Amino acid sequence: MSELVTVGQAFQQGMREEMSRDETIFVLGTDLFLRGGHFAQVKGLGPEFGPERVIDAPISEAAMVAAGVGAAMNGMRPVVDLNFMDFAFGAMDEIANQAAKSRYLWGKPLPLVIRASSGIALYASQHNNSLEAWFMHTPGLIVVMPSNSADTKGILKSALRGQDPVVFFMHKRLTGARGEVGGPDDLVPIGQAAVARRGRNVTVITSGIVVQKALKAAEALASDGIEAEVIDLRTIFPLDLETIATSVRKTGRALVVTEEPPYASVASEVAASIQEDLFEYLDAPVRRLTAAHSPIPHAPGLMEALLPQVGTIVDAVTRSIERWPSSEG
Amino acid sequence: MSDTPTATEAAGLEEIELRGVPVDELEEWLEAMLVIREFEESLEPLTMSGNQIPGSVHQASGQEAVAVGAIRALDPGDLVASPHRPHHHALAKGLTPRVVMAELWGRATGCAGGRGGTMHLNDFALGYFGSNGIVGAPLGIAMGAALAAKLRKSGEVCVGFFGEGGANTGRSWEAINFAAVQQLPLIAFCENNQYAVETFIGRSAALDGSIAKRATGFGLPSVQVDGQDVCAVYRATREARERAARGEGPSFIEAVTYRYHGHNTGEIANYRTDEEVERWRLTRDPIERLRRALAKAGRLDSTRFDELAENAREVVEDAIRFADESPPPDPTTAANGVTALPFDRKGPSSL
Repeated sequence: MSELVTVGQAFQQGMREEMSRDETIFVLGTDLFLRGGHFAQVKGLGPEFGPERVIDAPISEAAMVAAGVGAAMNGMRPVVDLNFMDFAFGAMDEIANQAAKSRYLWGKPLPLVIRASSGIALYASQHNNSLEAWFMHTPGLIVVMPSNSADTKGILKSALRGQDPVVFFMHKRLTGARGEVGGPDDLVPIGQAAVARRGRNVTVITSGIVVQKALKAAEALASDGIEAEVIDLRTIFPLDLETIATSVRKTGRALVVTEEPPYASVASEVAASIQEDLFEYLDAPVRRLTAAHSPIPHAPGLMEALLPQVGTIVDAVTRSIERWPSSEG
Repeated sequence: MSDTPTATEAAGLEEIELRGVPVDELEEWLEAMLVIREFEESLEPLTMSGNQIPGSVHQASGQEAVAVGAIRALDPGDLVASPHRPHHHALAKGLTPRVVMAELWGRATGCAGGRGGTMHLNDFALGYFGSNGIVGAPLGIAMGAALAAKLRKSGEVCVGFFGEGGANTGRSWEAINFAAVQQLPLIAFCENNQYAVETFIGRSAALDGSIAKRATGFGLPSVQVDGQDVCAVYRATREARERAARGEGPSFIEAVTYRYHGHNTGEIANYRTDEEVERWRLTRDPIERLRRALAKAGRLDSTRFDELAENAREVVEDAIRFADESPPPDPTTAANGVTALPFDRKGPSSL
């Protein structure tokens, strides 16, 4: 058993190994060289690789991503670190209109990783936007959202060996979560979901930090004799619909849980896909359990009231089974 | 020379000096400018016919000296990115009139296979990092390319063209600041044709004399030049290029120029007077000024000029014929190549 490392350390390990392997990789962002980023995600890499591989940038998100786009077009593999995903708003043209379209318009691969910490946590509305659906909606972007240390490191490696612009979501509240990680050549493929827990009565589809809540809910449901299968999407785009379908064909019931606002969300996309393709397998309507359609407030009690919780996941599954009992009985 | 004075000379054509330029190459510059002018002048009817070029395009007639003067000052391996009025840059960088014209027509033989059109031209092999539909964006791309050039020690110098309109968007100055602080081999090239669509620069920027002066606050050398003088543009760009090649970082150049036509083909311009346009044409036309200077120096007679002009017409006619005869792209490929990673492009329902 390998040493347990945090998600932040897993990212840093992945960066170190890949930067050692490939000289064209560099990381660009604010407060990276000395501080190692706001989440210690590249801590120590500055002194180790020097200021040309760990580049401190002015707080100019548009310029940071533009630098990544132009450098990727000119033979490099940049990692642009925006610290908080919310700051991507300041670089939306560079991400959605430049990076995303290079391959389609010009046949020019754009191997760029845009990393940022995301998800719902402290500091209220302007630091707690859920942009995963925005990027999923943008043709040309890959969107990943690992839920643990091993996937963070392994997916980063795949991103740094791929040919696409990858938006890399790391949940703020997972930064310190510990887990095992793979070695230098253990890649986690992009576009493959993982089955985090096996079960036969209901499929709970989720990603990122919500995987932990879903697993706890599955534990609680198991004590009532309900076996929930938990799918960790890991990649938001391209969605692994095959893994979802395999599970839903077995369980006949699906609940999609995310902490984003509900309209035009990742949850909506997954739910629509299931009903469109697997209607005949379903015993019940596909349910979405998301955050409220609301900005995120500061007071912890207000914030938590908006989010899916272990209890609400359990309730949603229980109510579904009560109202739409399984056809096989 | 005993050539009869032309209308422009009679109207007081302002002279240019042939100093600080490779004089033996000036005839080629004139030829390139004539091809650009001919190319741009051909576009209005092609966009208005309804069955040739889809949509309108942005012509650069009048701005030829900016593209040719700047790009001839670069080394062939240097990189250029340009904004929504890009044909003169693309042609000066070496894209053929055929592949640019075919791209405007949306044909498979175009430089972007018909996917891009006027605002998404490209040829990375020629160092042309695309035209761009977003104001200020190509400067950012050139800046990023310059960062790569610095990191890879490739020796490339990168030019990001933008207009005076682009000098009013924040991303331009973000890129310039980044380039200045990182000492990147970048030339931020502001092509000031004085009108952003219909808005005169005097109505959109409270300038203290020039855009170039605004740039000095960002800590990089900055100069304003006469954009209708191909030699002046060349000299300023050459100096900036040499500075970048020495590792001394970026430069800002503002070239004051003028577009003879509207913002886009089909536009009825009621925001400036015919007299103003006529004055620029008669006194500062970049082709006439170079022609006159070459003639005065005994390097060009009217026969040779007529040959060059006739050749330009033939080249553009050939490009139009090429585009017209080229096939459209295959509709079954319309969603190909969005990402390298596969996905179910037909949508989830194909499961």
